[in-house]
Amino acid sequence: MSQWKNFSKGFFKENAVFVLFLGLCPTLGVTTSLENALGMGLSVLFVLLLTNSLISMIRNIVPAEIRIPVYIVVIALVVTLLEWILQAKFTDLYNSLGIFLPLIVVNCIILGRAEAYASDNTVFDSIFDAIGMGLGFTLGLSTLSFVRELLGTGSVQLLGFTLYETSVAATFLVQPAGAFLTLGIIVGIINTIRIDKAKKKQAIMDIKIAAALKIKAAKAAAAAQAKEELANG
Amino acid sequence: MGDLLTLAFTSFLVQNIILSQFLGICSFLGVSNKRSKALGMGLAVFFVITLSGVVTWLIYYKILEPGGLTFMRTIVFILVVAAMVQILEMAIKKFSPLLYGSLGVYLPLITTNCAVLGVALLNIQNNFTLTETLIFSAFTSLGYTAVIVVFSYIREQMLKAPIPEGFKGIPSGLIAASIMALLFKGFVGLI
Repeated sequence: MSQWKNFSKGFFKENAVFVLFLGLCPTLGVTTSLENALGMGLSVLFVLLLTNSLISMIRNIVPAEIRIPVYIVVIALVVTLLEWILQAKFTDLYNSLGIFLPLIVVNCIILGRAEAYASDNTVFDSIFDAIGMGLGFTLGLSTLSFVRELLGTGSVQLLGFTLYETSVAATFLVQPAGAFLTLGIIVGIINTIRIDKAKKKQAIMDIKIAAALKIKAAKAAAAAQAKEELANG
Repeated sequence: MGDLLTLAFTSFLVQNIILSQFLGICSFLGVSNKRSKALGMGLAVFFVITLSGVVTWLIYYKILEPGGLTFMRTIVFILVVAAMVQILEMAIKKFSPLLYGSLGVYLPLITTNCAVLGVALLNIQNNFTLTETLIFSAFTSLGYTAVIVVFSYIREQMLKAPIPEGFKGIPSGLIAASIMALLFKGFVGLI
């Protein structure tokens, strides 16, 4: 159960894109199309998986004072490895991600998870954390890019197939300004829902507390009455 | 000369690093809620980007390329940036305690600011000469400073606005940034 929680927190509760606002540069930069977003998300998942497990493995050997530089070197090595793989096998993706690929090194999610999670958890736990966080990031990117590509170009393409088509297109949305606007609106909606939920929860709690108080008061009254009867009789 | 002027103008306004290249967004949203913070961060970023842009260019063309080590650039650049930030922090602390007081807290944050590594990589990707690198790095980072400072004024005003609860903070900030990005698109006509 705790393993499942560990894995699933990255999707909703601690989603990197919509809740923690980590790694916003690639979030806004590559979400012009669903394909790029998926490529970026899976690249981050790959890097996160390797760095989290490596850092978790070496966590007891590295002195605390120099841990951040060591983490950065580990991350840079993994990203360089990924660069080679993509350049050799997935040249299209390599070209379309452009500068955002080497910039995974400074993506706050990677260093953030290394520092906040992998540096004091076991390798096994860290792997689950990495998969959850990475998939959550991919989910965030895909949602954003789906909206932008659909409304911005009128259709959504994936691996040469057209997933969905409309007749309207607001090109503004695939431009930089559209990235900020789409993310702002999605986050705003999520926050509104969350606040509503919290309020409802609070209301239910209030009712429960009121009911509990009522029962308590009734019990106290009954007890008092019983006492009185005992005293009288 | 005219080319350099165009480059300066393009990197400062038209291809603004925050609003059209999406680099340095984390710090853009993180520290732009106060004017003083925005200015401090902006100036610190200006120093680091200009310096590291030139140094990484020199390292790439004088050491990595002759040695056939260009595939190592990501690792080397991030180490250079981290070292640069450390050195700059020590230098400012020693020579100008006053400046250190206002910039000191922002310097450690800059290592993971993607704008710094981004500019270093863009200099190489665009095949710039050393002069072009200097101009591009300086004006790109000035563009960052300008936008982050202007944006901090907007966000301070937004605190007074009756924004729905769910949109307070980051969401409304993003929407304001969207309008700013739209305005900056207007500069395209200048070139």
